[in-house]
Amino acid sequence: MAVTEVPWEQRTEAAAEEPLLTGTPTFTSITRDISAPLERRASLAWWVAFLVALSMLGLGFWLVVDTIRTGIGLWGLNRTVGWGFAITNFVFWVGIGHAGTAISAILLLLRQRFRTSIARAAEAMTIFAVMCAGIFPLIHMGRPWLAMWVFPYPNSRGALWLNFRSPLLWDVFAIGTYFTVSLLFWYVGLVPDLATVRDRASGIRKRIYGWLSLGWNGSTRTWQRYEKACLLLAGLATPLVVSVHTVVSFDFATSVIPGWHTTIFPPYFVVGALFSGFAMVMTLLIITRRVLHLEAFITVGHLQAMAKIILATGSLVGVAYGTELFMAWYSGNPYERFTFFNRAFGPYAWAYWLMVFCNVIVPQIFWSARARRSIAVLFTASILVNVGMWFERFNIVATSLARDFLPSSWSHYTPSWVEVGILLGSFGLFFTCYLLFVRFAPVISYHEVKHTLAEQQSGDSEHAHD
Amino acid sequence: MLTTEPGGVTTATAPREWSPTRRIHALIFSDPERTVQAVRLLKSRNFIVVDVHTPFPIHGLEEELGLRPTRLGVVTLVAGIVGGLIALWFQIWVHTVDWPIDIGGKDDLALPGLVPVTFEMIVLAAALATVFGLLWRRGLYPRLEGERVALPHSRVTDDRFAVLVDERNARFDPRRFVETCRELEVEEVIEGWKVQ
Repeated sequence: MAVTEVPWEQRTEAAAEEPLLTGTPTFTSITRDISAPLERRASLAWWVAFLVALSMLGLGFWLVVDTIRTGIGLWGLNRTVGWGFAITNFVFWVGIGHAGTAISAILLLLRQRFRTSIARAAEAMTIFAVMCAGIFPLIHMGRPWLAMWVFPYPNSRGALWLNFRSPLLWDVFAIGTYFTVSLLFWYVGLVPDLATVRDRASGIRKRIYGWLSLGWNGSTRTWQRYEKACLLLAGLATPLVVSVHTVVSFDFATSVIPGWHTTIFPPYFVVGALFSGFAMVMTLLIITRRVLHLEAFITVGHLQAMAKIILATGSLVGVAYGTELFMAWYSGNPYERFTFFNRAFGPYAWAYWLMVFCNVIVPQIFWSARARRSIAVLFTASILVNVGMWFERFNIVATSLARDFLPSSWSHYTPSWVEVGILLGSFGLFFTCYLLFVRFAPVISYHEVKHTLAEQQSGDSEHAHD
Repeated sequence: MLTTEPGGVTTATAPREWSPTRRIHALIFSDPERTVQAVRLLKSRNFIVVDVHTPFPIHGLEEELGLRPTRLGVVTLVAGIVGGLIALWFQIWVHTVDWPIDIGGKDDLALPGLVPVTFEMIVLAAALATVFGLLWRRGLYPRLEGERVALPHSRVTDDRFAVLVDERNARFDPRRFVETCRELEVEEVIEGWKVQ
């Protein structure tokens, strides 16, 4: 590739290195290619994947029912470690969701064109991940039938309001708002595309998509307000995505447990969330583009751009780990020092070093342009990152609780098979939803890709006139 | 813009919301730039372009059509402010008036602790108002069976662009209209397109 001077305003596109639309697409071919997966019969691969995901969901559902019937004594929790797998999984899934909002909102405001083809799938991933996340605090309550107590409504228990200064309540509002706004953003984005599907469909499909597409007719008057609404939602979602994991980190940071009570937690959690989220988007899109034959839309250029974000956020996570260790030593606080020494060399040392390997060392491979272009490397690294990020949350939750101030109350936490099963079940829920999504909704936004194509064409014709 | 129609009835010829019962002709194109050029030419010849249906937003068309900037941003702002104030007031009322609880000896009115919920409610109220404002203003709601959608062309959500010209005004000259359509190399003209 020849090295040329790139004007500043074109650099954001040049950052992707590879073309973002390959072949010679037309508006007609874009509609046809993106619609293809919705209009043909599901492939064998889809059915196999769907049945596996559904079985995992079934297992998880059964174990959740069992937990509710019996109580959380079925889990490996004890009086010292009260937060085990459930809260680890909660933080993990909320974090996964962050990339969807980052891609759809922050990259929209930054006018990064590479987001166009991947935003829809990433937003869907956000919604499913937040659904998975929400299950864990709910079942961890032990009495989920009283879950409505977390909402401030006039009640017959005296004037018994909530404590609005409790981080656990902030979570309810943060996750509730996050889910609602993500869902609105996703659905608003889908409406024009559902109309496209409607206008190609017949029979029962036409009726269902007709109902879902809200009478969309492509009027300029609607587009004008629609674009404004999307921009406003992006503006609202941007501080929201930063706030959500900040609030989740407050669950830990506002406590007085060594290893949790640190001011670095909010940025550390947000960066970690973006890191794991982008890795999950990478995993999903590599499979999606292959199975649905969308390589022309989700190109190596997109994957490369995401690899760079993973490299940047992974390195920031590494800096955060280092800062944590330094501050623990520099604070001179013996409990703080002990906690971090215990994380790295105590009974959970294997989990700590697995985390360091997956989150700090693995992403460094993306300094190499060859690695950023290799699908096998991208896929492996994206999975390892998510393993690492799950263990990061496990380390935070389990090690700090297992050994805090009083050695006589120290304990060890090992999950029971029920907890492992429920974690598998949450993956089942996630993939079941995602597989239904790719089957019934356009995975790539028709109108955004067409918009990009039109801009490219008008740009080309302007250059031709020069 | 007001004109007097034959018969002496004065009506707004380019109302903000056109009614589908009037006589509308749809000019179909398959290229966005040609569509914009067509709108310009039609306007310069005093035809009333009421709307353009496109598969994706074309920037600049709203100015050509003389649409006012949307006030959706004001809705978002007001909803955010109202949502935030209600959330803040409610929390203060709960913690100082209705149900004060002593948490580690802190003041009943400890404002920093109220920030997260207030923030979330600002965002929630603003986002809900924005989306429902859009849906309400543009009449977007789930269409039940039998309700037709006002589509000038079946591929207007795919790869066609429809320019809608309203003929019910005094200056509409049918012969000139046909000439202009020919000049514009319109792919197809759907005459007298009406909803239902």
